[in-house]
Amino acid sequence: MSKELEPLADPGLPEHIHRKADTDPIAAKRAERQVAVLFSLSAFGTLLFIYSFFFVKEDQFIFLPVMGSTNAQQLGIGIGMAMSLLFIGFGAVHWAKTLMPDQEVIAYRHEMRSDDADRGEFVKAAKEGAELAGLGRRPLIKRSLAAAAGLAGLPAILLLRDLGPLPGNALNETSWKTGTRLVTDPGDRPIKASDLEVGGVAQVMPELPAGKKRTLEDIAKDAVLLIRLRPAEFQLDPERLSWTHEGIIAFSKICSHMGCAVALYEQTTKHLLCPCHQSTFDVTRAAKVIFGPAARPLPQLAITVDADGYLIAKQPFTEAVGPSFWERKS
Amino acid sequence: MSARERIAGNVANYVDERTGAAAWMKKNLQKVFPDHWSFMLGEIALYSFLILLLSGTFLTFWFDPSMRHVVYEGSYQPLKDVEMSAAYASTLHISFDVRGGLLMRQIHHWAALIFMAAIVVHLLRVFFTGAFRKPREFNWILGIALLTLGIVEGFLGYSLPDDLLSGTGIRIAHAIIQSIPVVGTYLSFFAFGGAFPGEVFIPRIYIVHVLLLPGIFLALITVHLMLVWYQKHTQYPGPGRTEKNVVGYPLMPVYMAKAGGFFFIVFGITAFLGAVASINPIWLYGPYTPGQISAGSQPDWYMGWLDGLVRMAPPIETYLFGYTVSWNILIPGLILPGIIFTGMALYPFIESWMTGDKREHHLLDRPRNVPNRTALGVMSLTFMLVALINGGNDIIATHFDLTINQIMWFSRIGIIVLPPLAFVITKRICLSLQRADRELVLHGKETGRLVMLPHGEFIEIHEELSDAKKFTLTQHEQPKAIELVKEDARGVLNPKGIRARLQARFSAANAENIAKPTAAEVKELESGHH
Repeated sequence: MSKELEPLADPGLPEHIHRKADTDPIAAKRAERQVAVLFSLSAFGTLLFIYSFFFVKEDQFIFLPVMGSTNAQQLGIGIGMAMSLLFIGFGAVHWAKTLMPDQEVIAYRHEMRSDDADRGEFVKAAKEGAELAGLGRRPLIKRSLAAAAGLAGLPAILLLRDLGPLPGNALNETSWKTGTRLVTDPGDRPIKASDLEVGGVAQVMPELPAGKKRTLEDIAKDAVLLIRLRPAEFQLDPERLSWTHEGIIAFSKICSHMGCAVALYEQTTKHLLCPCHQSTFDVTRAAKVIFGPAARPLPQLAITVDADGYLIAKQPFTEAVGPSFWERKS
Repeated sequence: MSARERIAGNVANYVDERTGAAAWMKKNLQKVFPDHWSFMLGEIALYSFLILLLSGTFLTFWFDPSMRHVVYEGSYQPLKDVEMSAAYASTLHISFDVRGGLLMRQIHHWAALIFMAAIVVHLLRVFFTGAFRKPREFNWILGIALLTLGIVEGFLGYSLPDDLLSGTGIRIAHAIIQSIPVVGTYLSFFAFGGAFPGEVFIPRIYIVHVLLLPGIFLALITVHLMLVWYQKHTQYPGPGRTEKNVVGYPLMPVYMAKAGGFFFIVFGITAFLGAVASINPIWLYGPYTPGQISAGSQPDWYMGWLDGLVRMAPPIETYLFGYTVSWNILIPGLILPGIIFTGMALYPFIESWMTGDKREHHLLDRPRNVPNRTALGVMSLTFMLVALINGGNDIIATHFDLTINQIMWFSRIGIIVLPPLAFVITKRICLSLQRADRELVLHGKETGRLVMLPHGEFIEIHEELSDAKKFTLTQHEQPKAIELVKEDARGVLNPKGIRARLQARFSAANAENIAKPTAAEVKELESGHH
């Protein structure tokens, strides 16, 4: 390196400065007492824990500034435990900082690399080992072993086969059939068009045959949202308009993006919003996506009324509800 | 010899005669560790992991990982007689009918948040100081693996109670699995034992959460620490510190007391948070049902960036040859995270290729002295931050009186524009800081004291730095750009063509630095010249 580019010289480790406790026995004694006080505070925390655990009633609340009304037992055991741990820590660190040696020492590093002799011997040993096994000379053993080992992995994968059934047509089907009555959720009562006022929203489910219980898997596909507008507010093609009844329009409540419940309806804008990823659907235009990551409108359920005036499904959903999947027919 | 010493001696003798541990212990009890506050970050992660094991074991004594339907009969009145899964009911039981149960739940959840935060900050420290360089590349990869598994483990953990919020999270995970081309539908049916939500998912993720992943964690953490031990810790530059030594305090007694004490402090702080700061009050959410949801659904923070990416994705889905591909889920949910984590894992090798530096490094970099790496780090952070902000767009919108649309468009544009901008700005700042360092070494600290010279000129007194400080500011190496060899002496074209040109370009960008002061320059100024 040329003289001009020479870096600054290393002045070496700075001189060690003694702490007060190193030289003054009174200061050292004081530090010792401080550590002992910290450890005693920890013991006090444990006592607080024990007292709160056994003697504070579970339903006793106390009022604290900032926190408001707080369960006294929860707070007592929590703070007690926190103190019992914290002050052991504070004590130990204070001890290390005031009374244990604070002179830095130097250790030397070695390069990670082994020396050449060791490396040479290692390579030799590995080669000799391979030579003795004779893999290179016996290709039949090598190849049949590779094939067998590869195949032996198959059972491990096949064993996982019964984790679940094959999908079949499950994702394309819901409980909605032609003529299925719409029932309130919760309550399971059939409803009439007059039960829903203009501007109103209701969650409905398909009526189940007597004795059958609704499962969460059913809800995950069947949940439908009814919204009633003034018929003139719709901007639908004639077919979709015929799927509504007296201004009542029905959509799958399961988001077409990732399957959350599309639960937020804004009356003034007539928008449905999914709280998970904010996909926004325009109710007046057959739940067209107007904002957010969803790529498809919510599937619309065609509805009408039966002879008794109860709302029923005119036909099943014409497409799969919920998030997309590979085999989905769009 | 006192009785106590005699007993200790006997025990030591007994153990050593059977294990030969004395030689190893002698060497390792005096193991030297350098001291710096930023070296505690990894420790916090380690201690949080231990707290998670302890508090998690406690929770397993009561938690029932079953989706069997039960009717709640516990002491929390608002949910009395409500039908729910056994998992949710037992979580309520832990919260209301087990003394200390709620405290332990909260400690467990807080410890998980601290665990992830500590891992991320520790990773940033390692990245920005260049601690990942040779010979520590393996440990960097182990760290990335721990971070990735930590995200999965945390997600599975907060999914277990089967409340309305966590069930919604599982719903989204289900949609991501289902969106995988070709096999997604099958994978989701296998994972959930049929249609969503089914009755097997929670028991399955339970065993992954309490046995499989913690086991992998223990193994990886052990290797991570053994490598730190064996390779010896890196140290910051300073007088007396070189690539060949390590300066610090011995394990026994200083670090045993400090590290042991620090474990108790981390545990104590976590317990304090668990005692006073309510987290995940699942009883307010109610049991999960796919037909309901609460507004403002948020994942835990370490998943927030992922949710933010999903939220800002444009609504693109293709239907070709009879098959549907949801790019709006695939890209933000799987492809981008895959690229990000693979890129992170490979970074030590990428940097070593860009700089052509294959040597061992034990002295840490000051971030300003490696402007390119620092800028790259800030650029990546900016990307994650925009994604994270968008993950909370609904909360931000309600708190700051903005519309979700405004935040979403800010994020969609910002995620593309802001990271490169952050790169350029950071690089400029680093170079300015290098310039400031140079000034400091050559001209000393500004004191603010103005002096009028006899002939009327005003000057400010500069205070000269100590030799130690000057050395610290100039100890680093400044890399030289790799010279591009287009063709060798005999006119043969470099077979590495484009790769060599790219490498030359990267290394030139890396070599862009403010020349540090040399001994000669400092000497010249010291000899009275101002």
